[in-house]
Amino acid sequence: MNDEKLYGLTALFDSPDKIVLATRAVVKEGYKAFDIYTPYPVHGVDRGMRLKQSRIGLVTLIFGLMGVALALLLTWWTNSVNYPLIIGGKPFWALPAYIPVTFELSVLFGAVFTILGLLVIFFGFPQNVHPLHGTDFMKRVSSDRFGICIEAVDPKFDSKRTADFLQTLGSEKIEPIYYSLLESPGVGTILNRKFLLSLLFVAAVSSGLTYLTLNKLLFLHPWISLAEQIKVLPESRSTFYVDGFAMRQPVQGTVARGHMPYAFVGNMKGAEKFMINPLTPTKQVMELGRRDFNAYCSPCHGYFGDGDSRLQGQFPNPPSLHSDALRQASDGHFFHVITEGFRNVMPSYDQQIPEEERWAIIWYIRALQRAKHAKETDVP
Amino acid sequence: MIYSPGRIVDYTQPPPLVEGKSIATLIDESIAVQIDRRPSKKYLAALLVTLTMVLIGAIAVGYTFVYGIGMWGNNVPVGWAFDITNFVFWIGIGHAGTLISAILFLFRQQWRTGIARFAEAMTIFAVICAGLFPIIHLGRPWFAAYIFPYPNQHGIWVNFNSPLIWDVFAVSTYFTVSLIFWYIGLMPDFGTLRERTTNAVKKVVYSILSLGWRFSTRHWQHYEKTYVILAGLATPLVLSVHSVVSFDFAVSVIPGWHTTIFPPYFVAGAIFSGMAMVLAVLIIVRKVFDLEYLITMDHMDKMAKVILATSLMVTYAYLMEPFMAWYSGKSTEWYVVMNRAFGYYAIAFWVMIVCNVFLPQLFWFRKIRRSIPALFIISVLVNVGMWLERYVIIVTSLSRDYLPSSWGVYSPTIFDVGILIGSFGLFFTLILLFSKSLPVISISEIKSIVKGAQPSYRMGEDHE
Repeated sequence: MNDEKLYGLTALFDSPDKIVLATRAVVKEGYKAFDIYTPYPVHGVDRGMRLKQSRIGLVTLIFGLMGVALALLLTWWTNSVNYPLIIGGKPFWALPAYIPVTFELSVLFGAVFTILGLLVIFFGFPQNVHPLHGTDFMKRVSSDRFGICIEAVDPKFDSKRTADFLQTLGSEKIEPIYYSLLESPGVGTILNRKFLLSLLFVAAVSSGLTYLTLNKLLFLHPWISLAEQIKVLPESRSTFYVDGFAMRQPVQGTVARGHMPYAFVGNMKGAEKFMINPLTPTKQVMELGRRDFNAYCSPCHGYFGDGDSRLQGQFPNPPSLHSDALRQASDGHFFHVITEGFRNVMPSYDQQIPEEERWAIIWYIRALQRAKHAKETDVP
Repeated sequence: MIYSPGRIVDYTQPPPLVEGKSIATLIDESIAVQIDRRPSKKYLAALLVTLTMVLIGAIAVGYTFVYGIGMWGNNVPVGWAFDITNFVFWIGIGHAGTLISAILFLFRQQWRTGIARFAEAMTIFAVICAGLFPIIHLGRPWFAAYIFPYPNQHGIWVNFNSPLIWDVFAVSTYFTVSLIFWYIGLMPDFGTLRERTTNAVKKVVYSILSLGWRFSTRHWQHYEKTYVILAGLATPLVLSVHSVVSFDFAVSVIPGWHTTIFPPYFVAGAIFSGMAMVLAVLIIVRKVFDLEYLITMDHMDKMAKVILATSLMVTYAYLMEPFMAWYSGKSTEWYVVMNRAFGYYAIAFWVMIVCNVFLPQLFWFRKIRRSIPALFIISVLVNVGMWLERYVIIVTSLSRDYLPSSWGVYSPTIFDVGILIGSFGLFFTLILLFSKSLPVISISEIKSIVKGAQPSYRMGEDHE
């Protein structure tokens, strides 16, 4: 038998007393690579085997403290650094309020990592390919017998001598355990075609389900109930109001917030007579006036108010601002024209230029007028 | 010594934990036979009943999700009602399992062995039922993930100052730890089942679940230590969970809720109701699965004593509540006490008092502690009482708070009741599935406490 190797010799015993005595004898004989198998922990066996105290508690301690540290860091960083928020008049770093979460996380980390450490590091699980699995020996020790297995790797192991030794201990059954080299997990198994096909199948199913969930399922009722609201969306008709508009007209005489109604509607004479420019020609006002004049007025009136439109005849050219009549016109006249428009040719700029900026524009027009008709005395 | 009520009892010795048969293979068989045998007609009928209850709950939940929380009786002053009552009730049911599996383990109460596995399973199922209620109460349960502190596109974090967040951490930790505690206990039993079974499919399943457990002493040594550590972690955990649940109320300023006695009061109440639930379910299970010699009358007797003890603690809290309300000199607090006893919900209050305070006093009598029908009826009524206790605490306080203009009353709708029925259905369905598919008693633990399971004092020098 080339592909079968001896794993060890097993012996079964029928009482806990016998197994404790056998354990002591095996240790005394000087065997190291052996183990005792019992259906439940038999007290005294572990001491008989001279096993050291289990160190698993250390894992719990380390990860439990890690849980504490993580919880404190998380609560501190979220509530006092990343998004500081005063809640219930407590300080940003309200330790007493964080104790429950800290405690729970320490227990969670302690418990979960103890189990993971136990299973993976201390036991080397999952391990379903062990020579003892599926043997008659394992069947008995999982139920009602107590067994010893002395492994072939032990330097003192000798199939004949060890078997005789086990016989003297009063074992009821001695059996060698072999394991097949072919059965041990090889490298090639991961490229198994069935395995790869099943991986492909799982990938296709899970990506398909994910696609359906994220793109179809989540757009069904009731998942979109927040998007479905009773309101009239743009470009749609209200079925509630007779006129079909969702928005109501304001009550007659409603004044918009921050808006002062124009006092001289259709009354140019009044505007010319009573309106005074409230601004003083500071540098900022002149700068503002220039910006607005260039933006709103210059397309038709030209950059210097000469009436030289840039629109190249698409619109009638306005008169020059430098005529005598306009040079003598009051500020109120300009204001009225900007606000209400002029003779169906110039439109109203009421909606586009705020009141203050209109006055600034007027200062700028005055500056332009003066520049065009500068006297000797204007030069400093 | 066969222990029976008729004989003179030697009280200097603890009674045997397993009566009669004690050979390990018989234990294997009597526990595994439930798993190997095909389900009986009775079992399928029971499953049909519980699944119907689940269906009723599912319909009620479906209506809630499509049409909203408005299907319930909840209204503006009474924003919490059946949902949170059920949540607290089910969390409480879970607590007995951890008490039995962890606290009694630390106290070396070996009688726990026969009932620990089952009680742990009940813990897990009860926490599943409990966890559903806050999620259902969201109305849009798919937003439940927002309560976990993960870096999200909103750029904000959860409020760690809020008891509701503590609740999330406490309940999810409790569930996780209970589950792994349970699984670790099951691992050796999966090993036994793996070696026993002749069915190829079961062999694969048990092999995976046992992770390759092979009963080695080098493993048992770490395993036992881990079990002690987990019990040590679970013990403060179980006390913290219901304390945190009670913070949901105690941290608020609603009259009748704002009291420091709530945490111990809730924990005692939880163990009280949980133990009663374990008792009621075990009475049925031991009968149906012929486990009378593993879950003995002594177990019932001891559980009845635990119920009696916790009943007295709950009674103390019931007395302290009105005393503190009177002693505080606050008219609102005193009004809540009077309103509970004589107001709109007086019937619920007095039924609660009878079930939780007076009925358990019958357990002072040994005859009653050892009468199966009496145990069953009282334990069911204790659960009725404990459910009403949470209902009384939540609903009466909310319906009458500081501002008389916003007082109101709550009465449940058919959907509230449907979801409650559904949660019981889910709980019992899971219990039925568990008791047919996994070993209901820890095989390895019960073997370790039968007579002659451990080496004799002289270590076998003169055995037999």
